Amino acid sequence: MSELLINIDWYEIWLATVDTLLMLGGSLLFTVLLGLPMGILLFLVSPRQMFEHRIFYATLSFVVNVLRSLPFIILLIVMIPITVVMTGTSLGVAGAIPPLVVGTTPFFARLVETALREVDRGIIEATQAMGASTRQIIFNALLPEARPGIIAATTVTAITLVSYTAMAGVVGAGGLGDLAIRFGYQRFQTDVMVVTVVLLLLLVQVLQSVGDRLVLRFSRK
Amino acid sequence: MIEFQDVHKAYAVNGQSITALQPTSLQVQPGEIFGLIGHSGAGKSTLLRLINRLEEPSGGRIIVDGIDVTALDAQGLRRFRQRVGMIFQHFNLLSSKTVANNVAMPLKLAGELSGVQIKQRVTELLSRVGLSEHANKYPAQLSGGQKQRVGIARALATDPKILLCDEATSALDPQTTAQVLQLLVEINRELGLTIVLITHEMDVIRRVCDRVGVMDAGVIVESGQVSDVFLHPKHETTQRFVQESEEDPDISREEEYQKVSGRIVRLTFLGESTYAPLLGKVARETGVDYSILAGRIGRIKDQACGQLTLALTGGKEQLAEQQLRDAGVHVEVLRP
Repeated sequence: MSELLINIDWYEIWLATVDTLLMLGGSLLFTVLLGLPMGILLFLVSPRQMFEHRIFYATLSFVVNVLRSLPFIILLIVMIPITVVMTGTSLGVAGAIPPLVVGTTPFFARLVETALREVDRGIIEATQAMGASTRQIIFNALLPEARPGIIAATTVTAITLVSYTAMAGVVGAGGLGDLAIRFGYQRFQTDVMVVTVVLLLLLVQVLQSVGDRLVLRFSRK
Repeated sequence: MIEFQDVHKAYAVNGQSITALQPTSLQVQPGEIFGLIGHSGAGKSTLLRLINRLEEPSGGRIIVDGIDVTALDAQGLRRFRQRVGMIFQHFNLLSSKTVANNVAMPLKLAGELSGVQIKQRVTELLSRVGLSEHANKYPAQLSGGQKQRVGIARALATDPKILLCDEATSALDPQTTAQVLQLLVEINRELGLTIVLITHEMDVIRRVCDRVGVMDAGVIVESGQVSDVFLHPKHETTQRFVQESEEDPDISREEEYQKVSGRIVRLTFLGESTYAPLLGKVARETGVDYSILAGRIGRIKDQACGQLTLALTGGKEQLAEQQLRDAGVHVEVLRP
């Protein structure tokens, strides 16, 4: 066993895992904080909704699409100067979070918009008929009804973030991806590669099953 | 209670203007159940939604309980809507909330009662609609009829004076429909609630409504007391609705009448005269023979009614008809 994993420094692996979890948690937090309102806005101004606004929706939609079509590896590099301004560094966990957030927020916003679209129009109408304000419609009807969909969207986004954090290793972000690239790829230490891949796989599995469980818990249909 | 003054509504679809409601004037009296019947696309749903301005009118004035609804600003409209209950064909309950929380929702949105008061009110409402033991279930665990009861409890939560029913029984089976209609009549009587309901089933109108308006292509083509409209339909659309609710429409019998000799009359009984042993008595006294060609006896809301088509031969026909009229029977000569 120890012969097989000869290049493994378990302390390094531990540090890298913590880095990955920090990047994942931090960027997921900001993605949800920014993406949820953005998704709600997209939904509200989309055709046939409460604040239908063709031009605004088209513009917002275009921006979201541009950010989504940009390959993440390019976004990482393009974002470096902005990241330095925001966090003072383009390296490590702090340097990785801004590009990660910019990379996944538009994606998450789209998923939220779709989840909200799934809410029965009749429910919105019934809430309006009760004399609810727009704010009340959003917080008392739309969001509770779309909760399973939004949780599923968060799960998918978290898993996307895991693969993005690995990519962020290329520009010096640290974490498991960084370890895999530096040791597994550049130094041909296959055992390091295998261990990091297994850990990433485990992480994805855990995220998916937690997400699925939460969706099930909040689904009442 | 509800008054429409030349209200009309047009939509723009792909740059073209489509009229959903022609200029319409209408009055609904306090405490009555007013039914609107029409096929889909007739404009009845639009008319109903104009009352609480879920649809914005293109013109005209809508006055509800002394308030000019058309002139309300956003906040005024919200407060007004809190005083108007509404139930829907597909119930439109929140799947993420329990029965009790669905019923509590209008109260929470209005924000006038405390948590304890809301709880009390919800308990009261659920017992009224007979769902006390289902308070903590989710809508998905209920049957259609139970869901509509939750809808009714929710609509009544803020103690409205008006209840709008949008095809409230169209998604229910006949037995459940009867129960829900019964509940509507009960709350109409006990709470003095004014109810406006729309439907495409004449049977719903016949069972619960006091007055009815028949809609076709954005126009109310006929309106009046249900018994009048139901027993003596004048407009073609109304006649079709009445026939649809009959198992065996009169129209198809016209050919058969050719084979019968004598004078053909249609008698309409309403109220007391329906069950009186009238025909035999009149026949004996006037020497008229009669054969029954078609007939139906039923109820309109809580009034008994019947309609018989007879062929009369021999005797004093004129006197017979006069005696029937004197007894309160409406006599209509179909073929002299």
